[in-house]
Amino acid sequence: MTVENSETHIGQWRAAILRGSAVTEADADELEGHLREQIADLEKAGLTGEEAFLISVRRLGEVDRLTAEFARAHSDRLWKQLALTQAEPRDRRSLTVMLAFALASAVLVQVLRLLAAGTVIGYPTFSLNVSFLIFPVLAAYFLVIRRMRWQRIAAAAALVAGIAVAVNLFPMGMASTTHTLVTLHLPVLLWFVVGFAYVGGEVRLSTRRMDFLRFSGEWAIYYALIALGGAVLMGLTMLVLTPFGGAASNIVLDWVLPSGIAGAVIVAAWLVEAKKSVIENLAPVLTAIFTPLFAIMLVVAAVAWAVAGVWQNFDRELLIGFDALLLVVVALVVYGISARDSAAGHNAMDVIRMLAVAAAIILDVLVLVSMFSRIGEYGFTANRVAALGLNLILLVNLAVTLWFLARLVAGTSPAIRLERWQTGYLPVFAAWVLVVVLALPPIFGFA
Amino acid sequence: MDIDKDLVAAMATPLVLAILAEHENYGYAILKRVRELSGGDLEWTDGMLYPLLHRLERLGLVRATWGLSAEGRRRRNYRITDAGLAQLADQRRQWATANRTLGQVWGNAIPVGV
Repeated sequence: MTVENSETHIGQWRAAILRGSAVTEADADELEGHLREQIADLEKAGLTGEEAFLISVRRLGEVDRLTAEFARAHSDRLWKQLALTQAEPRDRRSLTVMLAFALASAVLVQVLRLLAAGTVIGYPTFSLNVSFLIFPVLAAYFLVIRRMRWQRIAAAAALVAGIAVAVNLFPMGMASTTHTLVTLHLPVLLWFVVGFAYVGGEVRLSTRRMDFLRFSGEWAIYYALIALGGAVLMGLTMLVLTPFGGAASNIVLDWVLPSGIAGAVIVAAWLVEAKKSVIENLAPVLTAIFTPLFAIMLVVAAVAWAVAGVWQNFDRELLIGFDALLLVVVALVVYGISARDSAAGHNAMDVIRMLAVAAAIILDVLVLVSMFSRIGEYGFTANRVAALGLNLILLVNLAVTLWFLARLVAGTSPAIRLERWQTGYLPVFAAWVLVVVLALPPIFGFA
Repeated sequence: MDIDKDLVAAMATPLVLAILAEHENYGYAILKRVRELSGGDLEWTDGMLYPLLHRLERLGLVRATWGLSAEGRRRRNYRITDAGLAQLADQRRQWATANRTLGQVWGNAIPVGV
């Protein structure tokens, strides 16, 4: 056996050992040192290189049993830790930057709240503007850590400023429908600005858009977890403050709650980035669990509706609920494909996905047919246009998704086409939200 | 001679601690010492020594430091701690008791197969 040959063998053995999740590089160094010394000793005794290697490996024990023994001795290593305590200086700096932005967002929100409390502005103005003090701060955070060119920063800032000025100049009534619509759609619109900053301005690249979708899913999960922890904290704080009366609780509600809601947006984003390569993504796991369940629900519902004919009595107020349903189905598809190898062929999950999408489309078409057949019964309002528009956009998305899924299952189209379709569709969503925020209020006379 | 697996496992900790009580040592040399002491009778899967050493380190019975071998390779050296010495003394008492008890009942009546 030549020297190179023996080095390859040792390298392969080391790689096999390292596949055990409780074996660290240091452990592999230690074992490799042992192996090399044993080989050297056996060669000195007159064995050939190959014989020495085989005997030494055998003496060290089967790789599977060895790694299993390491796992027993270091069970903690099987739980990958996101250690913040022993962070490197670089990590500590990223932590400081993140905390600074979280604090900035929290302070800005408090300033706006004090303005509202001091009746300088009304509470509806507060709720309209509060998202400008949260999401653009998150976008700024990404602009800073991505070191983007100033032209792109200026473009993003101008866009946000333009929208802020426009919606504040709109003469919308405080309790009007358009005011509520704009307040609800602004965070979504600003989330697309966050996306622009997240991908470092490379919005044309499908892969970067997919990264942003992955980020959004993980962010939502982390935010929900932080919110749960925050709710427990707030509840217990209220309990402890009970003897002081309602005033003390109100102080906490006023000062801690809004700051926490704003700051957690940045903290969750930082967490997603920090643990990106450490912990498996959660959104695809949740998707894998819920896709079959949703598929069953949707198929049963579609059959039942069609057979019983209940779709003819569809209440139009339920349309927003249907938008949510279609959005969930799109999310199930997107996060399902986000974790798969885009070069691989189809699997059973794709068939389940296809069933879910098909059933959702049938349900939605029934709803739309029922609505359009009675279109004369009611006119268009801003609310209905917003709900209907979103519904049609989602329906088109799902119809094409179904086409790609069918071709994927038939083996005539790779999964990457479906991924491209979804990432390519993002501007349509962004454009529609922009229409709802900027065009619908004037069209409907700010009612 | 085949020695029962459980017996080997029971011996492993006091044996390693006793070898380290002689002087600071590293994995491969510890195993060589085991072979030398048992005259080759004690068969041990070499790799299993390392999880054992790491377990002893976590219990605070030995302390590990990185050093270099003669060839300039990274090598982990193990040294017994005071807690390790106390543990070794305790183990020694237990083994002495086992030895004495068995020795009395065996006497010279049962021949030792060679």
